[in-house]
Amino acid sequence: MAYAEGPRRRWAQIGLVVLEPEERTARLPDDTKKVPYYVRVRGFLEGEANVGDTVTIETLIGRRVQGELLRIGPAYGHSFGQPIEELMQAGFEARSLLRSLEED
Amino acid sequence: MKAQEVENKYQAVMARQAEILSRASGVDYDRFRKGRLVFDYQALMDSTGYSLEQIADIQGRCKVGHTPLLELKNLTRLARNLAPSGLGARIFVKDEACNASGSFKARRASLSVWESKRLGYPGVIAATSGNYGAAVAAMAAMQGQRCLILQEVYDSRGLGQPEIVEKGRACEAYGAEVWQTTVGPELFYTHLVLLEETGFYNASLYTPFSVAGIQTLGHEIGTEVKEITGRPPAVVVATHSGGGNSTGTAMGLGAAGCESTQVIGASVDLRGLNMASDRDFNRKSFTTGHTGFGVPFLTNPDRTEVPYNAARALRFLDRYVSVDQGAVFYITQLLAELEGLERGPAGNTSLTAAFKLAQEMPEDEVIVVQETEYTGAGKHPTAQLSFARENGVKVVRGPSGLNVPGEVIAIPEKLSDVVYEEIDLQRIRASYLRGQLSRLGIEDEMELTHDEVTYLAAETRLSTEECLRLLVTCRT
Repeated sequence: MAYAEGPRRRWAQIGLVVLEPEERTARLPDDTKKVPYYVRVRGFLEGEANVGDTVTIETLIGRRVQGELLRIGPAYGHSFGQPIEELMQAGFEARSLLRSLEED
Repeated sequence: MKAQEVENKYQAVMARQAEILSRASGVDYDRFRKGRLVFDYQALMDSTGYSLEQIADIQGRCKVGHTPLLELKNLTRLARNLAPSGLGARIFVKDEACNASGSFKARRASLSVWESKRLGYPGVIAATSGNYGAAVAAMAAMQGQRCLILQEVYDSRGLGQPEIVEKGRACEAYGAEVWQTTVGPELFYTHLVLLEETGFYNASLYTPFSVAGIQTLGHEIGTEVKEITGRPPAVVVATHSGGGNSTGTAMGLGAAGCESTQVIGASVDLRGLNMASDRDFNRKSFTTGHTGFGVPFLTNPDRTEVPYNAARALRFLDRYVSVDQGAVFYITQLLAELEGLERGPAGNTSLTAAFKLAQEMPEDEVIVVQETEYTGAGKHPTAQLSFARENGVKVVRGPSGLNVPGEVIAIPEKLSDVVYEEIDLQRIRASYLRGQLSRLGIEDEMELTHDEVTYLAAETRLSTEECLRLLVTCRT
């Protein structure tokens, strides 16, 4: 029995403008008021599409949401970042202090 | 859709909010209202219908609760080294990261999701950028419920807070649909639209179920400390944000016969940053447990998506303190290097305060830090401080005074640089009372009935006489 090649539906991220800047609530700082209120949602892409197309996704709970296709196979791009030398130094110092207290 | 139609839709949805929220909560809040001001808080809490034993039983089935209570002997040793002779309380931590989904929020979510199933809702929604999202998603996963999480993640450049990006990933790992918004209070509008569209249960952080779920944490702490030392803990420190954590913990301590235990709230100091600002959003390194939620939720707990917030920390807190971002990252590092516990930074806000508080307490007393949270990519000092640097925040070594939220994070140079700042609860109470008078549209306390003053006294944890004296200073 042959296996289908690749996933049947691609995992994708869409974006949609919920409110344009002029539609946003009045009590906002100026920097926030200038930009649209925007949402990103991920799900399985229905049909073939290119980035920028209006598409429909089926979310992990089976709901359909329409929006602009932002990415196919969106990465979880967050990481542990850079080592923070200030913290490593601080930990080193505290361990040295603890050792010196134990020797007393 | 044309702008005008969207505008109309916005107004129309907001106008239906009471109806939408009532349908999504299963709680008839009007039942507890007694006139223009008074609300029967105890009756609201009792209305869950779950006893503490039943809550513990449900949580047991949901892989929640009975987390280890661990003594932090090395941190205690360092605290005692700084303290005058005879001072330096034993520091314990409740390792809440051991709950399914990795934080104490699972206690809140377990009961809410349970209730949504019992009432026959087709799913649950929670609006949260914190650990509560993953908690609701995990509880929904194991109870076979559908889950939608709405979180504020991105600035207008599409740059997401790493801590929240990680929480979004966790929600998807538990099979939830996640809506990730840009900065703004319109989260509430989106929340309403989604509640209406889906007919899901609003698993709000502020329902009586969510708060009742935390009582087991306070109860476990009280019971376990009494088993170890023969008496209640002198102090329990809770990271304070929306108020549920300290409220539920204090209730649980009370149920365990720990009336003498002081409950101290602790928040990360982010004063000066505007929580609704697109620019400031990514200049903070803590997305929860900070004064940007902590202070406004004390002065006006009902700033939520439920008609009456069950999390009312002003009723329970003995003291409220703030600590700097730099000190929390520092203590997080020490927790890993000295105690072998690598845990998320935000949950260590209370530990940071406890390290200093312990130095002011007798060494035979116990101070309990009532939570830890999981750590991982994004949700880690290295991730959060790297992100801070990329967004123009300076990270340096130095004393507390160097910290400027959004500008400078100072990692303490010495253990004695770990300090807290007392936030005057009396001023917070006055601000709460002024808000209540203003909402009622009255000028002074003479226009309040006896029942109303009694209610305000309970809300502010004062005697009626003390409350009246404070009300006099709040005349408009």
